Amino acid sequence: MSEFKDGLKPIRVGIEGVSYSLTHVPDLVRYGSKPLREIRAQPALGEQLAKQLRDFAAATAYAPHQVYIGNIAPEKLSDLPKPWYERLIEGATPKGRFGDLVEQAKFYGLLAGADQFDLVSFEESWFLEHAARHLIGRAPRLRSLGEIQKRCEKGALALRDGGRLIGAFEAAHEEDASLAAEVLLENLAGKVSAAHSLRTVLNQLDIQPADIEFVISCSEEAVGDRYNRGGGNLAKAIAEDVGCVNASGCDTKAFCAGPMYAMVHGASLIQSGVAKKVAVVAGGSLAKLGMKFESHLKKNMPVLEDVLGSFAAILSPARPGQICMRLDSAAFHPVGAGASPQAMAECLAEKPLAKLGMKLIDVDRYGVELHNPEITVPSGSGDVPRTNYLTLAALAVMRGQIQKNQMEDFVRSRGMLGYAPTQGHIPSAIVYLGHAIDALQCRAIRNALLIAKGSLFLGRMTQLSDGCSFLVDRNEV
Amino acid sequence: MLKGKKIIAIGERDGVPGPVIAECLEGAGYEVIFQATECFV
Repeated sequence: MSEFKDGLKPIRVGIEGVSYSLTHVPDLVRYGSKPLREIRAQPALGEQLAKQLRDFAAATAYAPHQVYIGNIAPEKLSDLPKPWYERLIEGATPKGRFGDLVEQAKFYGLLAGADQFDLVSFEESWFLEHAARHLIGRAPRLRSLGEIQKRCEKGALALRDGGRLIGAFEAAHEEDASLAAEVLLENLAGKVSAAHSLRTVLNQLDIQPADIEFVISCSEEAVGDRYNRGGGNLAKAIAEDVGCVNASGCDTKAFCAGPMYAMVHGASLIQSGVAKKVAVVAGGSLAKLGMKFESHLKKNMPVLEDVLGSFAAILSPARPGQICMRLDSAAFHPVGAGASPQAMAECLAEKPLAKLGMKLIDVDRYGVELHNPEITVPSGSGDVPRTNYLTLAALAVMRGQIQKNQMEDFVRSRGMLGYAPTQGHIPSAIVYLGHAIDALQCRAIRNALLIAKGSLFLGRMTQLSDGCSFLVDRNEV
Repeated sequence: MLKGKKIIAIGERDGVPGPVIAECLEGAGYEVIFQATECFV
């Protein structure tokens, strides 16, 4: 493996750190897109759903969540007995090395503090007892239970805690579908969960919010009014919430590949000298809560899509010995490349590696779309990471880099089981960055290639898929 | 035998995309009346 192929010097941008959080919101699962539609059509499903929701202790002790927040290495997951939702981790804590699991009451407190437009109000006694201590920012709108009930009768979304009515979330406009209560709850949940992850990583790294110069949000929400649906810049709202007073920001969207593009954009701002410290953040997708809940109910499983996933990474100019993005490895899926899995693997792995003088087998670990198979397999969606790893292995066979009977070994040694909730942008490779940094720091691996894909066709503007990848390694100079 | 058979082809992003299924089936003589690719995650 030549690091200086054709005399090219590697272009590296430093990764100061990354945080990951999961916000456990069982009472908001019914407002996920799928449950909301299905429960409206069949109200009895709502009761079944409520019975299959997990409490915070069970969500905390769920092995994939412990991997997500950094308390268990992903390679260890295959050693743990299944089903993971029954074989909970003893002594698990909501605090992780990368971040934390956030309880619903805390989330409600953060939601109240981040609401600048009087969208959300809470029942006073419940809020003071359970959520007030978590409040950051604006004073909450507190009302009597009767007033909360009246607002819900007029169309506000009911906010519950363990089934108890404790708040109301209102629309910002009577006619504008982009400012409907369901939409604004999604947007504010994205802002709040992203801000929490950004605060977490700044605390971990002892960086002052004022030191951040630019924030890129790759959250999935379409923030805007009817004239600017998806107009965006959730990034600046997140920056404001966290106190990044010297930062501006903007959003980067590319379906599930958004975070990887955001990282490339952020690194490019650093490399070009436009900014010296960039935060790349994403909040959770409320719309995807309970996306496969019917399958989970049919299999008598807990509804596992009950968490909002978020992350925040800080980028800066590379220092010696630091774990870095190889900006010169960044690869995209071009329009003319074709959408087959093989074409994707060629564009996002083989070609960028060849540019660096590397083969597929020179990568020690691949971070692909790491959806938790325990969520997706029961619904018939398959084991997404395994499919991706097998595609890479098959390409390595086609290129003569391994034998066909070595494919499983390739998958086992260079891959991992999926552990991310089905939050779209979060599982798509970026979820592995924290563990990759760990493995690189202790020299368990020399490099990792992160590969994300995006389903552009879902927006009905093109039949195309998309993807983005980059290599991470240590800055050995 | 295949002529006149109407097909709806639903592909999957991580498997075989809809247009690829459609192209194969059209080549075999089927009439693809609708094709789409979906993402199941």
